[in-house]
Amino acid sequence: MSIHSTQRNKIHPYKFALYLSLAGLIMMFAALSSAYIVRQSQGNWLEFRLPQLFYVSTAFILMSSGSLIMTKKYFKAHKKKKYQFLLIVTFILGIGFLITQYYSWIAMYESGIDLKGNPAGSFVYALSILHAFHVLGGIAVLIVALYHAFTLKFEVTAKRILRLELTSTYWHFVDILWVYLLLFFILQR
Amino acid sequence: MSTEVKNKELETIEVQTEELIEKHGFDDHFHDHHHGDKYQSGFFSKYVFSLDHKIIGRQFLITGMIWAIVGAAMSVIFRLQLGFPEANLEWLQPLLGKWIIVDNGIGTLSQEFYYALVTMHGTIIVFFVLTAGLSGTFSNLLIPLQIGARDMASPLMNMLSYWFFFLASCVMLFSLFLSTGPFAGGWVAYPPLSALPQASTGSGAGMTLWLVSLVLFVVSTLLGGINYITTVLNLRTKGMTLWKMPLTIWAFFVTAIIGLLSFPVLVAGFFLLMFDRSLGTSFYLSEIFIGGQALDHVGGSPILYQHLFWFLGHPEVYIIILPAMGIASEVLSVHSRKPIFGYRAMVYSIMAIAFLSFIVWAHHMFMAGVNPFLSNIFTIFTLIIAVPSAVKVFNWITTIYKGNIRFNSASLFAIGFVSMFISGGLTGIFLGNSVLDIQLHDTYFVVAHFHIVMGVSAFFGMFAGIYQWFPKMFGRFMNETLGRIHFWGTMIGAYVVFWPMHYLGMFGVPRRYYSFDTFDSFAGFDGINQFVTIGAIITFFVQLIFVVNFFYSIWNGRKMKSKNPYKANTLEWTTPIDTGHGNWPGKLPVVERWPYDYSKNGEDYVPQIIPLKEGEEEH
Ligand code: HEM
Ligand SMILES: [Cu+2]
Repeated sequence: MSIHSTQRNKIHPYKFALYLSLAGLIMMFAALSSAYIVRQSQGNWLEFRLPQLFYVSTAFILMSSGSLIMTKKYFKAHKKKKYQFLLIVTFILGIGFLITQYYSWIAMYESGIDLKGNPAGSFVYALSILHAFHVLGGIAVLIVALYHAFTLKFEVTAKRILRLELTSTYWHFVDILWVYLLLFFILQR
Repeated sequence: MSTEVKNKELETIEVQTEELIEKHGFDDHFHDHHHGDKYQSGFFSKYVFSLDHKIIGRQFLITGMIWAIVGAAMSVIFRLQLGFPEANLEWLQPLLGKWIIVDNGIGTLSQEFYYALVTMHGTIIVFFVLTAGLSGTFSNLLIPLQIGARDMASPLMNMLSYWFFFLASCVMLFSLFLSTGPFAGGWVAYPPLSALPQASTGSGAGMTLWLVSLVLFVVSTLLGGINYITTVLNLRTKGMTLWKMPLTIWAFFVTAIIGLLSFPVLVAGFFLLMFDRSLGTSFYLSEIFIGGQALDHVGGSPILYQHLFWFLGHPEVYIIILPAMGIASEVLSVHSRKPIFGYRAMVYSIMAIAFLSFIVWAHHMFMAGVNPFLSNIFTIFTLIIAVPSAVKVFNWITTIYKGNIRFNSASLFAIGFVSMFISGGLTGIFLGNSVLDIQLHDTYFVVAHFHIVMGVSAFFGMFAGIYQWFPKMFGRFMNETLGRIHFWGTMIGAYVVFWPMHYLGMFGVPRRYYSFDTFDSFAGFDGINQFVTIGAIITFFVQLIFVVNFFYSIWNGRKMKSKNPYKANTLEWTTPIDTGHGNWPGKLPVVERWPYDYSKNGEDYVPQIIPLKEGEEEH
């Protein structure tokens, strides 16, 4: 059924809906950031060094965004092999991000920052874990994209461009979100 | 005018409408694809896993009604205990089992379950009935119909929105039957009662299920809301500019935006709560001793939760009231045969209310130990909300003033809505003063305030909407006599129940108490409490008249004979009586004018699809 044929708008409703969901996510992380600030201002706040691995994971997710940008470019340019390859690269970098996050938490724990301890540490755990869940959602979307890339006939259609754009919008969002969180942790200590 | 002539006249208008849509209609190539719509076959896909916004709206409505009955019955039970502590409640044992404690042949409601009932009553009515049941029903039913769209932007998301609500409902329902009872720490779920599983009977499994249910509920609300916003912005038919939208649509639209920006904050609050509950963190838990034993938690702040909760909590009350306002505006205009007074002012005040609702939340926390300077700022913002609210009230009254009012169930409930909103809004102004709130906070004055301004008003808006659009939903009318009995019973009943509570509150009688036996100062209020309880019981039974009327009329009500029984201007009345999926069988209607051309230039009404006459000015 073609509900969307009525649209006279330039932006596709699905994209618009995605932007709205991202606005919701922004509110959620904004709320948690302000909870952090409010709690910090009440004192009894431990200062500690963030695990170095956080910077490695940041590199991973930034590179994954880069390769996703290239993926889209090659798809639009009808370069099937490169498109498939870069999609796999993106996926692997994404997994790399999650694994590094996991080891960052271990490193934090081993340096004496317990989840149950001072809220300064609990906040870092809670926010990065919540973020990791959102990356996990992104991984799921990438798996769907991979499935499409390798099972569907290679065709550059408006529908498939749209799908790819939705995927990458979300992925870039969780990427930027992580960069924001890291800067926030560094600046708000 | 004899009925025959009237019918003739109606028929001509309908034929003209048909021709107009055929001639000028907006071709979206829909009918090419429509045949053999694969979603329309079979009972399951048509009525259960339906993608049609009209069916989904009805699903929200019926689920909401079931919850309304459950939630209201709960209040009757705890009011019985409060009003008549000496009475024998043993007869409730088959229903409540061990929660009725029989001592010396006298059955009383257990204290734990009293709190559980109060908590569940609040949660159910606020979230399941007045959010999902109200917004879910009417946004779904009316957005596509009134903006001239075939369906929502994403029918699938829309269906999921209902089923997440259904799941949330199942989880909450299940929690009622736990051996330790459902959550019992108040609908706002403040820590530590909500954060320590061992804090009270309902704080363990009951609270866990409460959280799961509410998270599912938020998912439902967000899926719905995102869809409503996208649909309104992207799928309006040709000619339907934003300033030609009915106020119902404006209200649903802004409601959805508020929800989108505030519910995620609640989830953030819940997220930290879950950490505290299950992983031993101390976000909300400060040093606590239970039975002389210190717990591991140190340094948390329960106030933090209150901030996060009320950042949603206050916008939430406007999420509840704005759709009711939209419905009341539309119903009042149609049935007083007058254009809504101050259309743009109405829209701007909806927006102003929405904006202000985000910066007043701490008025719920004046007594929680927030900085008094902060309290002053929040007092000022809170009092400013009275301005757009007053603008709306003024405009409703001016709309019906000297109107040619048709009194029927829908318009009566809309007028009742205005009355209730005024009564409850005025007490808000007292509460908004942080100094007066020292006396009034957590007393029955607050209970009276929010029940009248939110509970009853929103129910009135919902009833007005149901009576008004019942024909659109079921092709039949509800019984008018029963509708009026329902209205007068509810109108009088609601004031009987909630008015006296103001006096209790001014004397400082605290809310949420099981018994006042140990307070000499509150000894004189037994009579008032009995009066309120009797009022509540009667009002509850009056609602059953509505329920009977509703279900009886679905199958046996007076049939709808013409498409546009109220002679209204909006687009939903240009669809066939039996509206299929896709709403308009042929082309989409094209909108030529705003929706409130009533009694204009000697014409009783001019539907939105009628082009402006030569030389005719837009409103
Ligand atoms: C003129 C506008 C209003 C003002 C100034 C106002 C002010 C207040 C204040 C200060 C409180 C806190 C009282 C306390 O706990 O001590 C309060 C409670 C409440 N108000 Fe309003 N209010 C207004 C309108 C509304 C509207 C329109 C609604 C709903 C549609 C509403 C719903 C509530 C609810 C639900 C509570 C109590 C929540 C609870 O503690 O359980 N109010 N109001
Ligand atoms: Cu409020």
